[in-house]
Amino acid sequence: MRTLVRMLAAVFAAASLAIAPLAAAQQKIKIGFITTLTGPAGIIGKHMKDSVELALDHLGNKMGGVPVEVIFGDDQFKPDVGVQVAEEMLKKQQVDIMSGIIWSNVMMAVVPVVTGAGKVMVGTNAGASPLAGKACHPQFFSTSWNNDQTPEAMGKFLQDQGVNDIYVMAPNYQAGKDMVAGFKRYYKGRIVEEVFTTMGQQDYQAEITQLRAKSPKAAFVFYPGGMGVQFVRQYFQAGLRERIPLYSVFTVDETTLPALKEAALGQYEAKFWSPDMNVPASKRFVADFRKKYGYTPAFYGAQSYDGMMLIDSAVRMNKGSLADTKAVVAAMRKANYDSIRGPFKWNVNQFPIQDFFLLRAEKGGPDGVQMKIQKKVFNDHKDSYYQDCKMAW
Amino acid sequence: MNLILVFEQMLNGVQFGVMLFLMAAGLTLVFGIMNLVNLAHGSLYMVGAYLTVAAVQWTGSYPLGVLLGLLGTLVVGMLVEVIALRTLYERDHLDQVLATFGLILFFNELIAIIWGRAALYTSLPTYLQGFIEIIPGSIYPVYRALVIGVGLVVGAVLWYVVARTRLGMLIRAGASNRTMVAALGVNIRLLYTVVFGFGAALAGLAGLMAGPIYAVQPGMGELILIQVFVVIVIGGIGSIRGALVGALIVGMVDTLGRAFLRPLLAHFISPPAAEAAGPALASMLIYLLMALVLAVRPEGLFQAKSG
Amino acid sequence: MRARTLILATCVLLLAAVPALATLAGQPFYIDLLRRVMIFAIAAASLNLILGYGGLVSFGHAAYLGVGGYAVGIFAFYGVHNGWLQWAVAIGASALVALAIGAISVRTRGIHFIMITLAFTQMLYFLGISVEEYGGDDGMRLKVKSQFSGLIDLDDPTAFYYLILVLLLGTLYLVHRLVNSRFGMVLRAAKSNEARSRAIGFSPYPYQLVAFVISGAICGLAGALLANHTAYITPGFMEWTRSGEIMFMVILGGMGTAPGPVLGAFALLIVEDLLAGWTQHWQIILGPLLVLSVLFFRRGLAGLLPGGRKGG
Repeated sequence: MRTLVRMLAAVFAAASLAIAPLAAAQQKIKIGFITTLTGPAGIIGKHMKDSVELALDHLGNKMGGVPVEVIFGDDQFKPDVGVQVAEEMLKKQQVDIMSGIIWSNVMMAVVPVVTGAGKVMVGTNAGASPLAGKACHPQFFSTSWNNDQTPEAMGKFLQDQGVNDIYVMAPNYQAGKDMVAGFKRYYKGRIVEEVFTTMGQQDYQAEITQLRAKSPKAAFVFYPGGMGVQFVRQYFQAGLRERIPLYSVFTVDETTLPALKEAALGQYEAKFWSPDMNVPASKRFVADFRKKYGYTPAFYGAQSYDGMMLIDSAVRMNKGSLADTKAVVAAMRKANYDSIRGPFKWNVNQFPIQDFFLLRAEKGGPDGVQMKIQKKVFNDHKDSYYQDCKMAW
Repeated sequence: MNLILVFEQMLNGVQFGVMLFLMAAGLTLVFGIMNLVNLAHGSLYMVGAYLTVAAVQWTGSYPLGVLLGLLGTLVVGMLVEVIALRTLYERDHLDQVLATFGLILFFNELIAIIWGRAALYTSLPTYLQGFIEIIPGSIYPVYRALVIGVGLVVGAVLWYVVARTRLGMLIRAGASNRTMVAALGVNIRLLYTVVFGFGAALAGLAGLMAGPIYAVQPGMGELILIQVFVVIVIGGIGSIRGALVGALIVGMVDTLGRAFLRPLLAHFISPPAAEAAGPALASMLIYLLMALVLAVRPEGLFQAKSG
Repeated sequence: MRARTLILATCVLLLAAVPALATLAGQPFYIDLLRRVMIFAIAAASLNLILGYGGLVSFGHAAYLGVGGYAVGIFAFYGVHNGWLQWAVAIGASALVALAIGAISVRTRGIHFIMITLAFTQMLYFLGISVEEYGGDDGMRLKVKSQFSGLIDLDDPTAFYYLILVLLLGTLYLVHRLVNSRFGMVLRAAKSNEARSRAIGFSPYPYQLVAFVISGAICGLAGALLANHTAYITPGFMEWTRSGEIMFMVILGGMGTAPGPVLGAFALLIVEDLLAGWTQHWQIILGPLLVLSVLFFRRGLAGLLPGGRKGG
C-alpha cells in the first residue's frame, strides 16, 4: 500500500501488455460510436444508444453476414475528451469505422482524427457548417443535416405565412447565433427584438415579461435541452401561449416532451422527421423502439438508426469488410438503404438532401402529447454551404 | 420604458432573489457556523426537488407531497452529515471541497440511476396556476408570488430562531467556541447534525419550489450553486441577514440587467454593438458586482462572526 | 529519504519507457492518454505552487489553459505557425493575465480569494463564448501544430510525448527550486502564519503576487501544449469545472508536496478512463472514491510514499 504509485504504474504497464491486440483473432465489424452518456445531456445519448442497439437487433447483429460490435464512448460534452475517446477507439480497440457525436465542437475536433487515421466517420447529429462547406471530406458522411437547415425551414414557413413582428430569443453561444442567422436567411419580415440569454440560464421570467410588453405577433426561439424545458414551461405558466404563438427549433422534441406534457401543447417546431412520419422504415423503427424501450424515440435516435443502416449497406457492398476505405466511401455514396426519411439522396458535400416539415405538439399518442407533422415546408432542401465544398463525384 | 414594466421586472428580481436566499441561507449557516464548505448543497436542492415530485405522484396531493419531500431531504441531509461529513469539520477547507465534490458526483449518478437522465415532468396544482393583479395593469403568476411569500416568511423565522431562541444561541455559541460549549455539557455533535439537517431542508425547500418552474434533472443543483456562492460572499459569510440582502441584490441586479441592459446600452452605443455586448455583459454582471463589493468591503456586507 | 527517491526515479524511468512499451504491445493509444495526463500534471504542478505551498486557493486556474491555448490558436488562425513565438506569447500573455487578476485578488483572503478568482475565470469564459471570430464556443481547430524550425515535430506522437515529459520534469524542478529558495520560504511562511511573517518584516503580498504570476505562466504553457495535443481549442478550456478538476488533482495528490500534482493527475484521469470504459455510471464509483481518499489519505496520495515529510 505504501508504494501505491509504483503499484499503479506497474499494474497499468502490465495491463497494457496483457491486452494484446485481439483484432487479428476473428473477423468482426467494429463500430465506434461516440455520444454523451453522462450529465444532463445524457438523455440524448440514451436515445442514440438505444436506437443503435435497435438497429443491431433489426440487422440480427450482423452486417453483410459478419458479426458486428458497437463500442460506445462518452465525450462528456468536451472536445478533448471526445478526441481521447476517438483515439482510444481507433488505436486501442481498432474500430473499422466511427459514428455518432451530438455536439458541433466535439465533431470538429474528432473528424480530423478519424480521417487522419484513414477511417470513415458517419456523423449522426452535429452538422457543423464548415463540414458542409469548406472542410468537407470524402471520409465524412452525415445522416442528419446541416445545423442551419432547420431554422431556415422555420424562417421560410413564417415568411410564407406573412407573419410580421416576431420576437427572437436564443442562448448566447455559437449554436444560438447560428440558429438565428439561419432563420433570418429565409425570414425577411420585421423582427421586433433579438434577445440572447445566458447559457444555462434557468429563469426566464424577466425575458418573458419583456416579450409580453412588446406584444409581438409570434415568437421564434431556440432552447435546447434543460433550457428548453424551463423556457417552454415558464412561457406556458405566463399564459402567453394563446396570445403569442411559439415557434421553435430543437426546443421541443421527444427528449423534452415527457417533462413538458401539456405545457408544450400548441408549440410549433421545424424538423426533417417526426415519429408520425409516413415512411415504412420509419414506422418500423418507431414501433419497434416503443415496444422495446417503452418510450418514443427522438430525431437523434432516428439519425443514429439511419447511420447504422448506412454502414450496413456499405459493408454488404464490400463483401463484409470495411478495410478498404476508398471502397467504403464509394459504397456509402450509393446510399443503398431504406432511410427513415424515405428515398435518400446525397448532396455533393455528403449531407442529405431532404424535406423539412412544420410540426405541432398535439394531444394524443401513447405519451399523451406528441409531435405531428402539419405540412411540408421544404422539398429536397439543400444546405447553404455546399457550394464551398470542392468535392466532385 | 414604462413604469409598470419596471415594476414587474423588479418583482421578478425579488422572486429570483428569494429562491437564491433559500439556498444561500442553508449554505451560509453551514459555512459560517460549522466552518464547512459544502459543495454538495446543490445536491440537496436536487434531492428536495426529486423527492417532492415522487411524493406528489405517490400521494396525489401537492401539500402532502411537499411535506414528505421536505422531511425526506432533512433525513437525507442528516444521514450525509453523520456518514460522510463528521470528520471533515476539522479538516482543511480544500479537503472539504474535494470530499463534497465526490458527494456531488455520487448524488448526480444515484438520481440518474433511479430516475433516469431525462428531465422530470412537473406541474403546478390547478389552484396555483392563476394570476393575481398586484397593481392594475400588471398580472403576476400566483405561484411566483407564493415563492416570494414563503421566502420572506422563512427568512423571518430563521432570524427569529437564530437571534431569539435558545437553539439559536447554542448555534452561535458553538460557532465561536465549539470545545467550550461541549465542555458546558451541550451535545455539539447532535447540534451540528441538526443544524446541517435544517440547512439541507432549506436547500430542499428551494429545490421543491424550483421544481415546477425549472427543469428537474440530474445536475440541476450545480447550475445554481455558483450564483449562491456569489450571494453569500456579497452578503457576508455566516450572516442570515447578509444572505437575504445579498440574494435580493443579486436577484435584482441579474434580472434587471438581463431585461434592461441591452436597451439601455443601445442609447449610448450603436444597436449592433449593444446586441453583441449586452448579453455578454449581462452574464458577467453579478460577478462584476461581487468584485466591486469585495473591493470596497472584503468581508461582505454583513459580518456575522466576531472572531 | 532514499526509498522515496528510488521510487520516484523508478516512476520517471517507467514514464520514459512508455512509448517503447506501448509500441511493443501494439497499444499506441497509451502514448496519447499519458500525454494528456502529463499536460494536466503540469497544470496541477503550477497550481500546487500557489495552492499547496502558498495557500492561495485559485479557482480560476483554468483561465490560463484558455489563454495559452488561444494564444497558439489565434496565431495559427492568422497563419503564424512559429512555435517559439506562439509559446512565448502563451506564457507571456498568461503571465500578464495572472498579473492583472492577481493584483486585485491577492489582496483578499480565504473564500473571497476563491470567489474572485472564480469570477474572473467566469468572465473570461463568457467572453470566449461571445467572440465569434475565433469560433465562439464551437471553438477552433488547430490545423497546423506549432512548428519549431525542424527541431521537433509535434505531429510525431513519440517526440511530442518526450517533449511533454521533459517539460513536466522541468516544471517540477522549477517549482522545487522556487519553493526551497528564500522566495519560497517567505511564501510558505505566509501560508502557515501570516501575522508572524509580517512581524519579521516580510510583506507577503509581493511574494504571493510573483508566485501567482509564475504559476499562471506555467499553466499557460500547459494550455499551449493542450491545444497542440487536442488540435482544438474551445472556451471550455476555461470553464470553472476545469479549474475544479485541476484543484482536485492537487488536493488528491497531496498539497504542498513535489510528487503530489503528478500523482493526482494520474490517479484522477486514469481512474476516470478505466471506470468510463467499464460502466456509464462511473461517477457513482468515482464520487465515493474521492470522499474515501479525503477521509483516509490525510496528506493525499503523496502521503503514502515512504519518507513523506513536507517538501521533497
